[in-house]
Amino acid sequence: MNPQLIQLIMFYAFGAVAVGAALAVITLRNSVHAVLSLVLTFFSVACIWLLAEAEFLAIALIVVYVGAVMVLFLFVVMMLDIKMEQVREGFARYLPVGIIVALVMLAEMIGMIGVRAMGLHVMGEDPAAAAGLSNTAWLGHALYTQFLLPFEIAAIILTVGIVAAVALTLRHRGGVRHQSAAEQVAVDPRTRMRIVKMASETMPTETVPPVAPSQETSP
Amino acid sequence: MPTFNDFLILLPEAYLTVAACVILLMDAFLKGGQRVAIHWLSIIVLLVGAWLVIDGQPATAVSGFSGMFIRDPVAEILKVFSLLTTALMFIYSRGYLRDRNINEGEYYALTLFAVIGIMVLVSAGSLVTVYLGLELLTLSSYALVALNRDSKLSSEAAIKYFVLGALASGMLLYGMSMIYGATHSLDLATILHVQNVEWRNLMLFGVVFAIVGIGFKLGAAPFHMWIPDVYQGAPTAVTIFIGTAQKIAAFGMAYRLLDSGLGAYAHEWRMMLAVLAVLSLAIGNLLAIVQTNLKRLLAYSTISHMGFLLLGLVEANPAGYSAAMFYAISYALTSAAAFGIILAMSRAGFECEEIDDFKGLNQRSPWFAFLMMLVMFSLAGVPPLFGFFGKLLVLQSAIDAGFLWLAVVGAVFAIIGLYYYLRVVKVMYFDAPVEGTDVRAQPDMPLRFVLSLNALALLALGIAWGPLFAWCQRAFGITA
Repeated sequence: MNPQLIQLIMFYAFGAVAVGAALAVITLRNSVHAVLSLVLTFFSVACIWLLAEAEFLAIALIVVYVGAVMVLFLFVVMMLDIKMEQVREGFARYLPVGIIVALVMLAEMIGMIGVRAMGLHVMGEDPAAAAGLSNTAWLGHALYTQFLLPFEIAAIILTVGIVAAVALTLRHRGGVRHQSAAEQVAVDPRTRMRIVKMASETMPTETVPPVAPSQETSP
Repeated sequence: MPTFNDFLILLPEAYLTVAACVILLMDAFLKGGQRVAIHWLSIIVLLVGAWLVIDGQPATAVSGFSGMFIRDPVAEILKVFSLLTTALMFIYSRGYLRDRNINEGEYYALTLFAVIGIMVLVSAGSLVTVYLGLELLTLSSYALVALNRDSKLSSEAAIKYFVLGALASGMLLYGMSMIYGATHSLDLATILHVQNVEWRNLMLFGVVFAIVGIGFKLGAAPFHMWIPDVYQGAPTAVTIFIGTAQKIAAFGMAYRLLDSGLGAYAHEWRMMLAVLAVLSLAIGNLLAIVQTNLKRLLAYSTISHMGFLLLGLVEANPAGYSAAMFYAISYALTSAAAFGIILAMSRAGFECEEIDDFKGLNQRSPWFAFLMMLVMFSLAGVPPLFGFFGKLLVLQSAIDAGFLWLAVVGAVFAIIGLYYYLRVVKVMYFDAPVEGTDVRAQPDMPLRFVLSLNALALLALGIAWGPLFAWCQRAFGITA
């Protein structure tokens, strides 16, 4: 069979898995299953990007989204309604779906490696190869020259994300006890301790009780 | 490779970004009474921004960052009026925010970021900048709508806005991917000149999805579902932003995408816009009749006004665009004054947003009743106010485009619309005030002064509308 046809078939296979898994994300009632499906969606999309010779983006998608963001999601979803029995039986309950997701990923990976071994011809020419650069270097060049403006705007969008998250969740409640590290560090010995100079007494029988340091104030 | 000249083109946006960050930092360090400085500084920042836009405007269109950013007279006008209406909104909102304990620093900073989004959007020369500008604008807006955290209505509105907005962004992005697939380019100028018959259907799908995105941003029916709830639920100080500067931005986005990018498909998208226009006019005007809440009434009135704006776009030539731009500006200034009056009448614990709250306003605050009457007449399109000439010009352009029936529909619905605007006037002048209520304007002098100026400007611009319209026409290359 000619390699181009196989690659086309693989492209459609990855696409089908991605779409199917994405549908599962929004239709499954169990939120942990939905997150696992989302992992599968990202993985399939990463495979499609590998077919398109966008290696750096594919790896970034796996490392950042599947590796970090999705695991965080999973933690959050599992923490949402926390009951100890559910947490204990969670492993067995989510195992089948986890295994299915893992198996599909494995199949995709094997397919991917097989297809890459044939050399890629599907997605038109590769601008990175045309420029004589590696994929990552070319991406860096493009981001900081041709796409500098969108890159900076994306940075502003992330700033807005942070500001919005803080503005919507930070509340200054009155009467809450908390530590103020700045005040603790900036403390002066004179405010905490009073040194009382006393003339030495001549009568040995009476001893002066030690001066108690003033009560520490916890701000 | 970006050069120094590219950054020179971007000066107003870069300046605003720095200013927004400074204001954000000031909010962290200023305490209590000092925060009033943020308010005045934000207004000065906007006015200086408008000055930078006008002052640095090159005589002809220039583009930078490999065609991603275009600075032309159209962008200039849209930016100036976005900045001015946002400044108006800041002046009107101060007391409202203070009374409701809304985080002022974040309000100003997020609004400034949203304005940067508008400026990028109306200057976009590439699908990437269109999308990023839009996202910067809408993400800030979602947060702004939710800013009043103690109000359930506000949180509900924010969630609805967020979910529907994300859906619309997804649609737009899907359309962009089709356009990219068909033309192999993200650059709008390149897309305009691609000749390919092979992928025509794919391209048309892309156009449809782009129209969905634009329709959602404008709030044109049938993509209007979010408008009434968001207008009502959002703090009025934020509603005014969605009703003014955002509409100018939506016009800019429609112009950039449809004319600068998809101009070759004008024959197809004109018909789609005509359908959107008729639906918006019908749904907006008919549903506004039954509203008892003024903010909701203004929301449905927005939908119908966007229908009128689309009448101008339907002509798909510079004359139509200049009429639509004039309409967008006239609507933004009028609705700024309308929400300004609601803000002026509200006080701690009381939202002056029911139409009944305005009963007998003439006996309590005759001056504000008069201003409100000017605003309502302008929205209705009564001569010689600003709104009348906007309507006249877009109806004219619909007739020139050969859509006589569309102009007739527009005129009929303008008359239907007259009913609910006049009802507000009637309630103010001929009804007795409700016993036990005391609806009066806040004793905030800057607000009173600027609001009066804004409402009187509707009259002044209605009488002397020529220069502004000539400016709009020049922007599109029409020399009268």
